[in-house]
Order: sequence, then structure tokens, then C-alpha cells
Amino acid sequence: MPEKQPSKPLHESVTLRNDPDEIRDAENKLLRAVERMGYSSASAFAVRLALEEAVVNGFKHGNRNRPGSTVKLEWSVDPDRIRILVEDQGIGFEPDQVPDPREPENLERPSGRGIMLMRAYMTRVEYSKSGNRVEMIYERPSSD
Amino acid sequence: MANQDSRLRVRKSDDVIHVEFVDRNILDEANIQQIGEEITQLIDGAPKPKLLISFSHVDHLSSAALGTLITIHNRIREKGGQLRLAEIDPQIYEVFVITKLNKLFEIHDDVERAMKSFA
Repeated sequence: MPEKQPSKPLHESVTLRNDPDEIRDAENKLLRAVERMGYSSASAFAVRLALEEAVVNGFKHGNRNRPGSTVKLEWSVDPDRIRILVEDQGIGFEPDQVPDPREPENLERPSGRGIMLMRAYMTRVEYSKSGNRVEMIYERPSSD
Repeated sequence: MANQDSRLRVRKSDDVIHVEFVDRNILDEANIQQIGEEITQLIDGAPKPKLLISFSHVDHLSSAALGTLITIHNRIREKGGQLRLAEIDPQIYEVFVITKLNKLFEIHDDVERAMKSFA
């Protein structure tokens, strides 16, 4: 029998170490909440992709893979929207300064696609002024 | 000889190296790095490599995986070889379209068409 859709929003706040299993467990927990709230597999794909990119950016570019550094992940899933907040311990950056990887001169560069994919798959992506915290909102599409 | 810890399944058909991924999700940086190293070894072992990468079992990939594919593409081109991608799930193909990497890579629906496309 399919699981009943929760009547209240699901949410969690967790501090992640740069450990693949720990990160995967946290991602799977959010994806289970997305599924329980009745979102489609296309929505789950979008959330997983954006979350993966945000967390990897947090550790790699924000924390510069500093040993012992952490990334804070907060999320809430309700019937209409999903909110994900990822905060690293870095000094931040200017998201507008990241070159567009779709431009012909950048197409063969191996890096620099994470933020663009987050923006493409989420309804809204906003960085804090300090640049070390990103909030992503995914609104349930009418097709879900 | 098959390596038990390999992230790839590798077959050789005529002069084409056909690679499939073991993992359904190509996300972990360590795995992506290993995949890159294994494919680089295959490329370096052929004078003009013809490489076909099949995504038939892949459900998810990250921008880091795309980066490794670009590095592979650049290396094959340097050696005068050819790279084809095939059997990409529609959701993942959309990632290639959004990033415009469908313009950089030669992508085929199935392995048969990809094999026929090698010069």
C-alpha cells in the first residue's frame, strides 16, 4: 500500500563532514521526504542534482577541502515547495563572476557548471551577501 | 583481464573500445576520479583511440562527471581519435542540452548507431 502523504512539512537540519557515505545518507533522507510528499521522479531528479552540486561546491570551493571542515544542510519539504539551504565555512564568492559555461569559449572547460545546473533545475537560487550560503527553492510544477 | 575494483565494464570490438559504467550514480568525486583515470589508461593504450561510452545503466551524474567527460574528449582529440556517447537516459540527456554539451559530444540513441558512426 502506498505511504500516506504527510500532512505537515518534513524538515531537517544536519551538519555534514566531507564523507561520501554521510553526504549520501543526508541526500537520501531528503529524497525520501520528496518522494513521501508525492513529488514526481523528475522533481526528485532535479532536487538531487541541485543538492549534489551545492554540497560539492560547499566542500570543494567554499571550504577548499580543508580537513575537518563542515557544510550545514537544512531542508524542508511541503506539498507545494521544497526549500534547501546549504552553508559552507568559506569566505564566499561572487556568483555573478562565474563565467557562463555555455559560451563557446568555455564549452571545453571541465569545470564551472554546478551553479548553472542548480539555477536550471531549481525555481529560485539565491546566495547570501557573504556568498557562503545558498538557498534553493523548488516549487511543485503543475505536471506533478 | 577484468579488474574487480574497476568502475567500468570494458569490451573491445574491432578497433573500438566500448565502455559501460558499473555505477548507476556517477556522483562521488573519488569514483569520478577513478573513472577518469581508468578511461585515460584506455585512451593512452591506443594510437588513435575510438571510444564508445554507453550510459545504459546510469541514473544520475554530476557536473564533475561532465568535467571528466570533457577531459576525455579533449585527450582523444589531441590523439586524433574519436569519441561517441550512447544510450543516455532522457533526464540525463537534458543535462547535456542545458549545458550545451550535446553540441560538443557526438551522442547516439543506441550502441549500434554509435558503432556505425566511427570513421
